[in-house]
Amino acid sequence: MPFDKKHILGLGELSAEEIKIILDTAESMKEISTRDVKKVPTLKGRTVVNLFFEPSTRTRSSFEIAEKRLSADVLNFSASQSSVVKGESLVDTARNFEAMGASIMVIRHGMSGAPFVLAREIGASVINAGDGSHEHPSQALIDIFTIREKKGRIEGLNVLIVGDILNSRVARSNIFGLRKLGANVRIAGPATIVPEYFRDMGAEIFYSLEHAIENVDVVIMLRIQSERKTLEYFPSLREYSGLYGLTREKLSLAKEDVIVMHPGPINRGVELTSEIADDPGAVILEQVANGIAVRMAMIYLVALGESL
Amino acid sequence: METKKKVQPIEDRSESFFSGIIDDIPPESLSSLIVIGIKTRGEYLGKRLVERISERTGKDVTFGTIDITLYRDDFENRKNWPQLRRTSIPDDVQGKNIILVDDVLYTGRTVRAAINSIMDYGRPASVKLAVLVDRGGRELPVQPDYAGINIETLDDEMVNVYLEEVDGREEIEITRKDAV
Amino acid sequence: MGVLIKNGRVIDPSQSLDMVGDLYIQQDRVKEISKRIDAPRKGDTVIDASGQVVAPGLVDIHVHLREPGYEHKETIKTGCLAAAAGGFTSIVCMPNTNPINDNASVTEYILLKARTEGIVNVFPIGAITKGEKGKELADIGEMCEAGCVGISDDGMPVTDSGLMRKAMEYVKPFGIPVITHAEDTGLSAGGVMNEGFVSTELGLRGIPVASEEVGVVRDIILCELTGTPLHICHVSTKGSVRLVRAAKKRGVKVTAEATPHHFTLTDKEVYGYNTDAKMNPPLRTQEDVDAILEGIADGTIDVIATDHAPHSQDEKNVEFDLAPFGIVGLETALSLSLELVEKEIITLEEMIKKLTVTPSEIVGIERGTLVPGSIADLVVFDPGMSRTVNPEEFSSKSRNTPFSGWELKGVVSNTIVSGKVVFSHN
Repeated sequence: MPFDKKHILGLGELSAEEIKIILDTAESMKEISTRDVKKVPTLKGRTVVNLFFEPSTRTRSSFEIAEKRLSADVLNFSASQSSVVKGESLVDTARNFEAMGASIMVIRHGMSGAPFVLAREIGASVINAGDGSHEHPSQALIDIFTIREKKGRIEGLNVLIVGDILNSRVARSNIFGLRKLGANVRIAGPATIVPEYFRDMGAEIFYSLEHAIENVDVVIMLRIQSERKTLEYFPSLREYSGLYGLTREKLSLAKEDVIVMHPGPINRGVELTSEIADDPGAVILEQVANGIAVRMAMIYLVALGESL
Repeated sequence: METKKKVQPIEDRSESFFSGIIDDIPPESLSSLIVIGIKTRGEYLGKRLVERISERTGKDVTFGTIDITLYRDDFENRKNWPQLRRTSIPDDVQGKNIILVDDVLYTGRTVRAAINSIMDYGRPASVKLAVLVDRGGRELPVQPDYAGINIETLDDEMVNVYLEEVDGREEIEITRKDAV
Repeated sequence: MGVLIKNGRVIDPSQSLDMVGDLYIQQDRVKEISKRIDAPRKGDTVIDASGQVVAPGLVDIHVHLREPGYEHKETIKTGCLAAAAGGFTSIVCMPNTNPINDNASVTEYILLKARTEGIVNVFPIGAITKGEKGKELADIGEMCEAGCVGISDDGMPVTDSGLMRKAMEYVKPFGIPVITHAEDTGLSAGGVMNEGFVSTELGLRGIPVASEEVGVVRDIILCELTGTPLHICHVSTKGSVRLVRAAKKRGVKVTAEATPHHFTLTDKEVYGYNTDAKMNPPLRTQEDVDAILEGIADGTIDVIATDHAPHSQDEKNVEFDLAPFGIVGLETALSLSLELVEKEIITLEEMIKKLTVTPSEIVGIERGTLVPGSIADLVVFDPGMSRTVNPEEFSSKSRNTPFSGWELKGVVSNTIVSGKVVFSHN
């Protein structure tokens, strides 16, 4: 089955088959990063715009490297230097870049659904690089890619996601993707940010990290985003890290070969102790390296589907 | 639309093709040799070549494969691009002698893409091209160093090689679409 | 000069009338309804209503006309055109214009504009508080004298319960109702759609059903305390229906309305971040829709009102969080209400009652009836004829409807205001 999606807006929109094609393609892409010349000419002459309405150095850099390794011309737009301040609408901003010949737009936006507005209104392919609390498909694909690489499979694994599930786009994308590929997903955190509705998305809910972590193969620790006003949902960071911070002791309740992931940047001492962050079982830096390959695969595949 | 089909057996012509190549390799350069097959059928022909070398010389030669999809120059036809497969070249190509193997040589574009791809891994000492079938019709200045079978063809004919390992038969098939 | 409407099925719930026959309008009044009225006089207009329903002109007590201040969304003129196209002859407009209708001069401006440019009757609602800011009472008495038929801070609920109580006490002697947009804004703050599974999937901030229900409870209690008639706008939740039902049982002077979108759609419409499915209160779940239908059937919900809230395409074609709340409703309400009859939730007569005489009574206007001698506001419509909703054909300035492309029954053929045909279907 070919990949015929023009946009990648979220894992909620992709089939298990399509997710597997992205992961397989990413494996081929990963090899490119091992070469002398870490570049292929595939998208020579094509322009990709990174529209970042929310600051994110990591995600933008990763996309930019991915685009350059495919030989695309890359334009970066960030809200600080933008016409957003002048009141230009999202659609108008994107149309401007389209007029400059951009055929793929990678968008990061603070509001859920913003990439859907673009996909509806413009002709270019749209890749969601994180929208509000909705989805962050590239991050989840990286997590899933890394898990598959480490464990050899996704199906049947017990994966635990800990933290601010309510406001997390990484959590949503991971739940969609992991469930589609047959993993058992558990979520844990304070009741105010782990709402019951997630049960209907196929996740098992825990309020105790000790109970949740039993027998899991993978732990994904979410970043506590103080800028997202998460802090009004629990009394203090101290109380949070006492209850939901990952320590070696709690981790010992998981499977012996458990891997620990974090989308970064880490608040050391809040979500993870330093000893875990720096442990060989933690694959946090591998996630970063895999990020480039996964994003190359996403760009390559929508480029193929661009005119469909 | 009527299609006309001509089938031609490969028989032992692949064996003489391989021995021709092996005869040409100076024994002292075997250690710096890398055989690279272009996916899909070049991979199997390349593997056979490596086996024959080992049978004749007792030496194991490095073998790799490349997928040229990312180096293609026909982006406008991308809907027909196959799913990406892995390129795998186990050794550093720097200073090595490479024999590039493919089943059919036609326009030369695939070979161009393959050479570009190899260059991205480093600077080999030499690259030679071995193809089982040369059907003519070049669009780029590319010539094979070794060709097993030369076939005269027309532009609207298609030449496909079928191999035991993938297809369960050993044949060259020439089809012509009259309506085209 | 008069209008003779022949062979229609005349339905007027105000006099429990349902008969096939003729209706004669002389000047601006209903003159006569009977089996057969013979040859018209010279100069009379004759309308053949065979196979159609002849009813009192529809009355919508929840409309946003946007003028003054937001004329790019709607004007009094275009809002009236939309009303007439939808079969409405009287519309009651909310005060959240710019400036807010919180004093008699704005009321007078609206009425003047309506008289000179509007083709249907316009009855304004005054604000409860100055600037709808929830701090001090608006000029309620003067606005009432100028022609306001109720008070409401629609869209901006009065959060201070003490002030709400004062407003209800103060307005009582003026004999006009308090119309409440019931919402606890502490519970709904930042929300853009119903809180539930869909909002969770979409990562959008939810508005819990509790935010409406807490508001409904408070206002019912204040209604009991003050004895001032209370009308609850756009009931959207199962809990609200239950609360209103219980209050009515106790004899509290409360009435309630439901909008066509709340009794037709669920929050699933939001999938794809459809901003034409963004309104406040938001679309809820099927369970809530079912409860509203039950409330409509048993009379808990007295009135169907549209909450017609026009917004321009540019305003809606943005990120979901940034899009304004509200959809247009005047030109789809009758068809969507007829679905209730089709599904046997209510009879055609009951449906007409909720769109004519009951809303008129709530705001105390002498409309919604065909009793001979009353003002001749009428609608003639074919309940069986199909139409495809095409926003491009709307008379409203705005096109923000989630019903675009829907195949619906019910086509208005004539709308008559004070004896004059103001709309007729070609």
